[in-house]
Amino acid sequence: MLEVNGKILETDDEGYIENMDDWSPEIAERMAANDDCELTDNHWEVIKLMRNYYEEYKISPTVRVLTREIRKTLGADKGNSRYLYALFPYGPIKQAGKYAGLPKPSTCV
Amino acid sequence: MCINRRAPYGTIYALEGLEVVLMGAAFEQDISVVYLDDGVYQLKKGQDTTDSSIKNFSPTYRALASYGVEKLYVETESMEDRGLSEHDLIVPVKMISGAELTELMEQQDVILNY
Amino acid sequence: MLHTVNKSPYEKGSLDTCLRLAKQGSTILLIEDAVYAAITGSSLESKIRQASKQYEFCVLGPDLKARGLDEAKLIDSIRVVDYGGFVDLAVSHDRVQSWL
Repeated sequence: MLEVNGKILETDDEGYIENMDDWSPEIAERMAANDDCELTDNHWEVIKLMRNYYEEYKISPTVRVLTREIRKTLGADKGNSRYLYALFPYGPIKQAGKYAGLPKPSTCV
Repeated sequence: MCINRRAPYGTIYALEGLEVVLMGAAFEQDISVVYLDDGVYQLKKGQDTTDSSIKNFSPTYRALASYGVEKLYVETESMEDRGLSEHDLIVPVKMISGAELTELMEQQDVILNY
Repeated sequence: MLHTVNKSPYEKGSLDTCLRLAKQGSTILLIEDAVYAAITGSSLESKIRQASKQYEFCVLGPDLKARGLDEAKLIDSIRVVDYGGFVDLAVSHDRVQSWL
């Protein structure tokens, strides 16, 4: 459960929200705060890309796929897994995906 | 190679076939995907499940390219039987005849059917 | 290649597609509801007899028995195997493809 701006959202035991249409940037901020993580512009780029990817394909990317997508749009400095894991130490797909309001990815890779 | 012979939604085969391909791709397997018989309906453009409360997974076929799965084959005879043409499909594919498919199957290490 | 088929030919097109696409010389093993294709006196008999010129047909005995099908009424080009025979077929072919 997550309370944002007086609104209560159901989440699963790992903190993923149930409906991605309920998402707002404030929700991402609150989830990050719960993880002691402060969202910077660098985080937001990835979160937005995760959301866009899911909107387009109805599936979360793998780290490899995300890396390639980021390399295409944001360049090689950011399109590598070291950079992504530094931003999202719990795993870029799980953590950025959760902040982006996406469902829990079905695969672990 | 993954061979898909079932229409989407009516059974779970189509979604399972798609997931196994994505899973294989995530593990960097060199995968060919074949759509055959009613399986060609999986790639039909314009699927919209908003009124039937099931997830429309057809956009995910377009993610196959970003997952590195580029060998998509559709059997010409199956398409013709159903009055479909390449323009009806959601992704670019290679059209092959049944005879070509027979040979292609012989070159595979593993064949999974869905 | 060993092809297995497990759906009734009267309900699904699995056997038809297998016969359309299996390379000449392949082995086709009928299991579960596909064993109904192996019986004489059906509308499929001539098709199976014709296909027997190109493929080696086998049928899983326990699945025939379970369905009350008499081995004496099998199309004579079809060989009955037990579970051990199924395993032998799987290991003696380089690949197995299951038509579902």
